[in-house]
Amino acid sequence: MGIVKLMSGNDAVARGAWEAGVVFAAGYPGTPSTEVLERLATYDEVDAHWSTNEKVAFEEAMGAALGGVRSMVTMKHVGLNVAADPFMVFPYAGTNAGFVVLVADDPGMYSSQNEQDSRYFAKVAKVPLLEPADAAEARAVTRDAFELSERFRTPVMLRTTTRLAHTRGLVEPGERTERERKPFSRQVSQYAIPVYARFRRVELEAKLGQLREFAEEFPGNVIEEGGAEIGVVTHGIPYQYVKEVCPDATIFRLGMLYPLPERRLKEFCARFATVFVVEESEGFIEQEMAALGIHNVIGKARFTNVGELGADLVAAGLTGAPVPGDFSAETTILPRPPVLCAGCAHRGVFTTLRKLGVLVTGDIGCYTLGCLPPYQAIHTTFCMGASISNATGFQRAGEPRVVAVIGDSTFLHSGLPGLVSAVYNQVPTTVVLVDNGTTGMTGHQEHPGTGHTLKGKPAPAVDYEALIRAIGVEQIEVVDPWDLEATERAIRAGLDHAGPAVIIARRFCRLLPVSKAETRVPYRVVLEDCIQCEECMETGCPALVWGADGPEIHEWECTGCSLCAQLCATEAIVATEVA
Amino acid sequence: MPVTNVVIAGVGGQGAVLASELLALAAMEAGQDVKQGEFHGVAQRGGAVFSHVRFGERVHSPMAPRGQVDVLVALEKLEALRYAHFLKPGGIVIVNDHQVEPVRVGDSRPYPEDAIEFLSSKGFQVMVLEATQQALALGDHRAANVVLLGALANVLDLPDDAWQRTLERRIPERHLELNRRAFAAGREAAPAHVSE
Ligand SMILES: Cc1ncc(C[n+]2csc(CCOP(=O)(O)OP(=O)(O)O)c2C)c(N)n1
Repeated sequence: MGIVKLMSGNDAVARGAWEAGVVFAAGYPGTPSTEVLERLATYDEVDAHWSTNEKVAFEEAMGAALGGVRSMVTMKHVGLNVAADPFMVFPYAGTNAGFVVLVADDPGMYSSQNEQDSRYFAKVAKVPLLEPADAAEARAVTRDAFELSERFRTPVMLRTTTRLAHTRGLVEPGERTERERKPFSRQVSQYAIPVYARFRRVELEAKLGQLREFAEEFPGNVIEEGGAEIGVVTHGIPYQYVKEVCPDATIFRLGMLYPLPERRLKEFCARFATVFVVEESEGFIEQEMAALGIHNVIGKARFTNVGELGADLVAAGLTGAPVPGDFSAETTILPRPPVLCAGCAHRGVFTTLRKLGVLVTGDIGCYTLGCLPPYQAIHTTFCMGASISNATGFQRAGEPRVVAVIGDSTFLHSGLPGLVSAVYNQVPTTVVLVDNGTTGMTGHQEHPGTGHTLKGKPAPAVDYEALIRAIGVEQIEVVDPWDLEATERAIRAGLDHAGPAVIIARRFCRLLPVSKAETRVPYRVVLEDCIQCEECMETGCPALVWGADGPEIHEWECTGCSLCAQLCATEAIVATEVA
Repeated sequence: MPVTNVVIAGVGGQGAVLASELLALAAMEAGQDVKQGEFHGVAQRGGAVFSHVRFGERVHSPMAPRGQVDVLVALEKLEALRYAHFLKPGGIVIVNDHQVEPVRVGDSRPYPEDAIEFLSSKGFQVMVLEATQQALALGDHRAANVVLLGALANVLDLPDDAWQRTLERRIPERHLELNRRAFAAGREAAPAHVSE
């Protein structure tokens, strides 16, 4: 054995891709996929960049693969919804150089708005789907995915889950193999799909037939012989749970989840009266097996499709063992809900919107927390980019005053088309663009508005004001969200304006190095002047707590944003310098 | 050799993840198979963070099953309560005598002041450490995680040189001396405080 390293599943995927000779990789951040691209960017041989959204990233990486170099695109599950259009069509043409689509699902929704099982996409697109079971496999399977892609000239979907992505394990890294660029041949009939789709459609079906044959011999589909009593079909992380609780079972472990090896599965299942199918999220394998005519299985009837599985839940499904609950019935286990950080620039916007009492359509990012108490100032949130287009719809339904709140990264991702539509259709949508200069929620990735690339190089930064003016918005105002009065004035002016209006609430995220480098003047409470009206508590600031005698400010946490001081009726909150 | 299961819990920013990575590396140094993975929600700051470290001859599940954890290390008392059900009967809790008030969103129940008594009453072996105070005395409260690791090292059988090599490789030079002393402080502090 060579040198062994402790690597996360994400690091291992990046390592495998690097070893496979990846030249170009693109993606859009999204937990739990983000670190794959961040890690790929650390390799000099790999040109990796953040794209504006997943569809763009997909098409860029696809273009590079057509152009002849091994390429990869990375995204979380909901990103594949955005990239679904090229994902469904590219297989009709097939790739030139190896092309792998990394999609990370989030069973348990640790950091997602839905619990989507993306395996179904592979079936709809008719592309092979691979899923590793730990970090060591993630490295090897990623390498294999590129081979498979080139052998069948098909995009390959590599699916991970939060548990795989974020678990570290022992990995034995290998070396990189450089590859010659494969020349692109300008065969219109192969690549101009709409015109030639009829032919390609037939070819795609033939290719799927070949992939079905390949599945029968794919070395990642393994039968681990054990006792004759229990037979299990499983895959990925759930395989680890089965091994943990039933080490003696006979296990058919699938490394390729689509298409399935029909003959081998039928032979396997014929050996047992009933076979357990252990999979996380939906009953994808179970349904596929049923479609192949294999019916002696127990799957989702015993293993929930809601949330994440674990060894304990798998044990419960296999043997009926009880799952211990926590001690919350016997003692107080207070939750630690997510909150906006002390000094967060979004806070001033929500304090203002709550006061105005307008209907607010929200979007995805840290600012989604504006829906929670004490603000409760966001009333809808669904998916990236929906705030502006939803607001337009609300107005069409007759709601008079609607504000859309959207972050900078999200605006560039998919908010812009909604704004163009509002301008075009002359809907007086008011948009607050909360520009904190980063992709905050996913851990501060650069984006086209930040002035830097993923590799840390300087880049042109989007000029939001010029962009928004160019599409025809006449009412544009930039405010500092730490200034409540100015923020309120600007939003009111936007609402009063007859056409679409954009208020850019601009201040850097407090966790960015530029913010940390600023001199901080914390505030303090002068209790003698305090009338205990609790107005300051309405900021929901974690640096402000209710102590024994009234409000107290944690001086070490306070960023000096002064929001609580601006809300205080008796001027009992003062800057520490003005002692 | 059976798999050893450790859970390390804390509040975002306390270094629960680094502590578990150090444990995982020490197990790797000692030639064991190891898996380590953390759970955290969307919160950047102040949320509950917990991490599983499992090591032995061959480790499968990345998470220890509930009711089978050998040692729970808690950087904060409320977090000890939150994950105590992962412990096996009579399992060990190493808890920092430190309280971080959670931010309240419509929940005004008082902080459970009797966390340590509660854990003892459940039959767990509870070791209480003033890790934050000790780390502060050494120069940086953030080294509390490594003080607790020192105490953890006493109840696990990983060789000391595996721990020392891990600290050397993983901790940046400028923080190494502080962390070595924090680790040693935890090693010395632990036995005196066992309650059963
Ligand atoms: C289609 C899609 N891609 C990626 C994500 C993951 N994601 C959640 S919030 C977010 C970005 C938030 O950045 P920004 O809009 O700038 O707001 P901030 O968090 O900085 O306030 C991303 C990428 C997602 N939810 N949906």
